[in-house]
Amino acid sequence: MSAPTKKAETRPADGAAPVITYRQALHDALRAEMRRDESVILLGEEIGIFEGSYKITAGLLDEFGPERVRDTPIAEEGFVGAAIGAAMLGMRPVVEIMTINFSLLAIDQIVNHAAKIYGMFGGQTSVPMVIRTPGGGGQQLAATHSQNLEVWYAHVPGLKVLAPSTPADAKAMLIAAIRDDDPVLLLENLSLYNTKGPVPAAEHVAEIGKAQITVPGTDLTVVGYSRSAAIARDVAHRFADKGVSIEVVDLASLRPLDRETICASVKKTGKAVILEDDWLTYGIGAEIAATIAEGAFDYLDAPVRRVAAAEVPLPYAKSLERIALPDADALIRVINEQLDATRFAR
Amino acid sequence: MAGRTQGPARSRSASGNPTKRGAAAAGEPDGVAKRTSSRPRPAVAANGTAAGRSAEKPAGRSKSPVRAAAAASDSDDAILVKYYREMTLIREFELKAGEMYTRAKIGGYCHLNLGEEPTVVGLMAALRPTDYLFTNYREHGYALSRGMDTGRVMAELFGRVDGVSGGRGGSMHLFDAEKRFLGGYGIVGGQIPPATGAALALTYRGTAGPDAEAVMCQMGDGTTNIGAFHESLNIAAIWKLPIVYVIINNGLGMATTVDHAAGEPELYKRGCSYRIEGKRVDGDDPVLVRDAAAEMLRRAREERKPGLLEVMSHRLRGHSVVDPARYRSREETERLRSLDPLPAFRAKLVAQGVMTDHDAVRIESESIHEVDRAVEFADGSPEPSPEELFRFTYASSVANTSTLMPGDPILPIGWDQEGSR
Repeated sequence: MSAPTKKAETRPADGAAPVITYRQALHDALRAEMRRDESVILLGEEIGIFEGSYKITAGLLDEFGPERVRDTPIAEEGFVGAAIGAAMLGMRPVVEIMTINFSLLAIDQIVNHAAKIYGMFGGQTSVPMVIRTPGGGGQQLAATHSQNLEVWYAHVPGLKVLAPSTPADAKAMLIAAIRDDDPVLLLENLSLYNTKGPVPAAEHVAEIGKAQITVPGTDLTVVGYSRSAAIARDVAHRFADKGVSIEVVDLASLRPLDRETICASVKKTGKAVILEDDWLTYGIGAEIAATIAEGAFDYLDAPVRRVAAAEVPLPYAKSLERIALPDADALIRVINEQLDATRFAR
Repeated sequence: MAGRTQGPARSRSASGNPTKRGAAAAGEPDGVAKRTSSRPRPAVAANGTAAGRSAEKPAGRSKSPVRAAAAASDSDDAILVKYYREMTLIREFELKAGEMYTRAKIGGYCHLNLGEEPTVVGLMAALRPTDYLFTNYREHGYALSRGMDTGRVMAELFGRVDGVSGGRGGSMHLFDAEKRFLGGYGIVGGQIPPATGAALALTYRGTAGPDAEAVMCQMGDGTTNIGAFHESLNIAAIWKLPIVYVIINNGLGMATTVDHAAGEPELYKRGCSYRIEGKRVDGDDPVLVRDAAAEMLRRAREERKPGLLEVMSHRLRGHSVVDPARYRSREETERLRSLDPLPAFRAKLVAQGVMTDHDAVRIESESIHEVDRAVEFADGSPEPSPEELFRFTYASSVANTSTLMPGDPILPIGWDQEGSR
């Protein structure tokens, strides 16, 4: 898999905003919210003494103690459900599920309970909780540890699903998620944790439900989220060097979905490619393509194309893993096909 | 993020553990997270048709915790009569619910507490108003015994706006934040992890002691085979949570017997793996049930020890209203009929001179009358308005939440015209 380059991660100047990693940004958001609001507690496997499998919670046990940074047994259904009950009584639990693959063990609690309790009981109790969990392949973790299952959750009314692609967004979205009164799944990504970008030191709370134009352009729209949005920015900059103006729509929020921003971009460019980390069939890209087909039909110069993962239980062997995952090269190839199909002059 | 006002008081303290709070956070009498702005409060109190029961209810509910415990004595005739009254109300309510189901006033699934009345009443007698209750989907009786309005419970079964969940939950999903009845849950075992988490939240609110709050989590016998049960008991044990898990063992999970489903069919012993004390009690006697539950709740409050109570009970009818229970032999059906705890309790109270036959008949006719009024109230309550469809999808409103109806275009016509954005 191609890791996003540094260039892609360096967004337009934020004044003197310090450049930190995506990991550090998540950590800073957790610490700031725990300092601000004592009802914020953390639950998860190995988040305390071990400081988290990906070290997002490093140092928090020392600062806040074992009651607020609570190591759980290996019991996803049990501790995700416990977070729901604690949230119903006014706590604001932030649950870490070690990877999104393990969230399947808790899916009844997430889908049948967290997403339903506010509406099913007529608005008598909200469930202000956050589930942080990374998806992503490319680490040779084989079939069960490399999945991108976000569409499973993005499908469900009652949940909110956020997918930040930069350190600044990671921080602002995690803060927004913690302060939101609904269950929010914050999708992280293994390959983004070490990426860097400017993050304003001052508090910034993201607006949930809005997509962002992260690279403005006029010739072709690339839609992505999380890692794929980071790759898309990188690719857009590369095309800019060749005189092709690519606009990048970073979905940022998978549910709610900002259809208008997507369609407005395609209306301008007439061409769309979707880069997604999940599998092609029934994936996030299918929804985006349907949205464009309906909302920007009259403006399309070519069929919408999707760049998604090969539909296979991801093999361990590097040679197979590499070709199965969508990357910058695949995106560049499809963009070029789109440009050729529309006789775009370069 | 306006409207984010619930939850415990906040501190800007940057160090150490959260400050322990009092029993209920200020400004939050029921201690339940919610947004006051969007909470439905049907004006039931102002509606005379449903007021009857709440008027006679406080006798048993308004006692101080200490007095409630002291009153737990067989010799207290008034309490026994009150139990009979509650059991009778549940019986009449459930019979009427079955009837209303066959008349298509009630849809979906409908599971009745018939035969479990003394179990329900005994458990609720042990629970204080400050405690929290989570149940499964066979919960009408718990709602009534917890003091929820009979008319509003029936209205929920009817799917009406005055229902306890605004008509959005139905028979399996009764809820009343003020009564701290935090839900009937339709997924088997689904209530157990949230109930355990509610008990976790209590440990941040206050310390252990005789006045501490606690959680009761009710479930059926078949539920003890599901992973959520075992994960939750383990969590409650290691975190020392104030919760009592109650198994209603009526011998059947739908048609599967306990012996066929459980490696340890003496279900109260299943706490052993987690060093959680288990106890089995006869569910036909509300006083025995109450005392066993009260003792477990006491340990939960004072010692932060979770408990596992198995209550041996009977399901007089099928799994749900539509189940004719053909898997039962005629003899078994006859035997169950002979075990019906309600006439037995009635006969016992009359024999002991606690009440007369005349008292019993009066209680029964009052219950029938109350249930009739509940049906009248439910029938008179409007169905939820179509405009309310999306009202409770999210507690915090954010941009681009979908309110599309089937067949709607994904973007409104003219979305891309000048000035529309």
